[in-house]
Amino acid sequence: MADPMRIRAQAGGGKATVRILMAHEMESGQRKDEAGRIAPAWFIQEVSVTHNGKPVLSAEWGPGVSKNPYLQFVLKDARVGDTVGVQWRDNRGETRSDQATMA
Amino acid sequence: MASRRQALGHALALAGLLAGAGLFPRLAQAYSEQAFGARTLQDALAALGAGALSESGDVTLSGPDIAENGAVVAFGIGTALPGVSRLLLMVEKNPVPLVALFQVSPSVEPAFSLRAKLAQSSAVYAVALMDDGRALYARREVRVTLGSCGA
Repeated sequence: MADPMRIRAQAGGGKATVRILMAHEMESGQRKDEAGRIAPAWFIQEVSVTHNGKPVLSAEWGPGVSKNPYLQFVLKDARVGDTVGVQWRDNRGETRSDQATMA
Repeated sequence: MASRRQALGHALALAGLLAGAGLFPRLAQAYSEQAFGARTLQDALAALGAGALSESGDVTLSGPDIAENGAVVAFGIGTALPGVSRLLLMVEKNPVPLVALFQVSPSVEPAFSLRAKLAQSSAVYAVALMDDGRALYARREVRVTLGSCGA
C-alpha cells in the first residue's frame, strides 16, 4: 500500500486553494540501474478529485510528472468544513484514496 | 498448506465482495494511451483530437528560464478564456512529451501548478484545448543544467 497523500485545503472568499502531495516513485521507464537494466515504468496515470463527494476534477498523467507529485489548484464554491477527496491510480493498477477537511 | 490455500480463498472472496459493493470505485474516464504513447508534440495533440494550433496571450505558462535540476521543475498552466475543456502541459524533448492533461470542470479554476521532469533543455508548452476544437498555447524555453536521467 502506498503512503498516504498530504492534502491541504485552505478556504476563503468562497474559494479554496487545494495543495496535494502524493507519495509515488514516478519511475519513467527510461532509467537504467547499476547493472544496466531498465527500471520498468511505474507512475500515476489517473487522478480524480471530489468536493463533498461530487467529482470536480480528473487528470491523466504521463511519466514526465516528477517523483512524489505535487498538484495545486483552486476549487470554486468552497467553504470551511467541506471535504476534499483525492484518488489516484498507477499503471500497475494500484490505487490510493485520501481526504481532508477544509480549514 | 491447506490453511494457506483457505486463507487465499477467503481473501479472494472478500475482494470480490468489496468490488461488488463498489468499494473499489473505478475512475470515470479511460487513460489516453495513444496520446501518452506519442513521441512528438504533434502526434500527442493529434491523438487528443486537437484542431488548429495557435499561440495565445490568454494562455499562461509560468516556470523557470533555467532549471538546475531537470528532475523537478515547477510549472503553472492556466487560461482566463471561457470554453476551455482540457489543459495540457507538454515538454517537447521528453521521450513522452505529454506530461499532464487536466479535464477542466466549472467547479475548478482552469489553472494548475505541478512539477515536471525535463530530460534536457527544451521548449515547454501549456496548451488549452477549447470546446470549439481550437488548441491555444503558450510556450517557454527552459534550460536544464543537470538533466533528469530520462523523463
